[in-house]
Amino acid sequence: MAFLEFRNVRIAGISAGVPRFIASNLHPLNDDGISSEYTPEAFVETTGVLERRLSDTLTTSDLCYAAAEKLIAELGWERSEIEALVFVSQTADYILPATACILQDRLGLSKECYAEDVALGCSGWVYGLSNVASLLTNGSIKKALLLAGDAKKRANGARDPLFGHAGTATAVEYAEGDKGFQFHFGTDGSGYDAIITPDGGSRNQVSPASFELKQVEGKTMHRVQTRMKGMDVFSFGISTAPKSIKKLAEHFGFDYQESDYFVFHQANMKMNKMIAKKLKLVDEKVPTCMYHFGNTSSASIPLTIVTQLKDKCGNGKKFVCCGFGVGLSWGTVAFETNNIVMSKLVEVADEETDKVHVV
Amino acid sequence: MDLKGFIKNFSDQFDDTDSSVITAETNFHNLDEWSSLIALSIIAMVDEEYDVTLKGDDIKNAQTVEDLFNTVKAKL
Repeated sequence: MAFLEFRNVRIAGISAGVPRFIASNLHPLNDDGISSEYTPEAFVETTGVLERRLSDTLTTSDLCYAAAEKLIAELGWERSEIEALVFVSQTADYILPATACILQDRLGLSKECYAEDVALGCSGWVYGLSNVASLLTNGSIKKALLLAGDAKKRANGARDPLFGHAGTATAVEYAEGDKGFQFHFGTDGSGYDAIITPDGGSRNQVSPASFELKQVEGKTMHRVQTRMKGMDVFSFGISTAPKSIKKLAEHFGFDYQESDYFVFHQANMKMNKMIAKKLKLVDEKVPTCMYHFGNTSSASIPLTIVTQLKDKCGNGKKFVCCGFGVGLSWGTVAFETNNIVMSKLVEVADEETDKVHVV
Repeated sequence: MDLKGFIKNFSDQFDDTDSSVITAETNFHNLDEWSSLIALSIIAMVDEEYDVTLKGDDIKNAQTVEDLFNTVKAKL
């Protein structure tokens, strides 16, 4: 059973960056891949995604950088104290090197810095949090940044109207005596192709044929785009997420109903309502941001906290957060807030790209 | 579980299709209103009413409402 607990660690702050441009799903753009089998109105009603943020220039690291800069300033952290950086994304700046290395330099962190990329999607923030918490728990490293999100894709193609761009920063620090985090994790790689980008890795090297347009599940796309078996992902989400939360609560001996907030990965409204219903949660405890931002992959949990709970995270609030999706992979974390600094949403201009680490 | 109740639960997922149109023999993929979004409602309904997890292939491989009823019944 993949349960973990890390004490003496706390979230010091959270921030989120999004592009300024807002795309409406009621008025799809030419390159929005809205299926012809339903109307834009039916899409919005079922998925709960009215609009989302997009940029053709900003990468995930640009958005995370802007979020991190704001958060570091508001926390008053010295950059030299930040000795670990974990970047969670499936849209890295380059195939190599790891984007975490680029961000260490761009953020002006010390070279005495542990940096790594984690290639997970919807479950990624919870996994990244466990990585960072495990690094900090014994106090050798005192401060760390978890940067998570997804944005500009590897190749152009019709956009999936479900997904928006966002990059987040979560500041985590050693805090002696803090109750820390309790985690549950799970993986089912037999569902590896439920959400997959087939070409561009070493299994199927990228070639001109990778860009031939074909019909996949009612949509026209090439093989460097991400394809999804929507029904399989839906049934996975509604069955796995509630179980993971119940397992976590049972293992660590708490009543999950006593938690103040349940922040789920923002998959789609129908899926999230179903998960909340199965756990018998009241709407007030289940904030959502997908109406305005869509599904933002590993950014969706911190983005929901920043946009929906900015002024509601007083001390001692009990959180349960659950991410689930591509992998298939899932993770749930429970923690209590303690003086969290929550930055206002950072709206990033298209020009604010990295100008230095460019070849 | 009975077929009649299943057909009722199935047709409840449609907004614009009259329930009288949907019978055990209906090939639901051919209904005008059928879409991948309705399919999600069907998966949610089956999970809720019968505690059975349907996969995409279960929906794709069933032709009629009764086929899907039999798939769910076999998983009970």
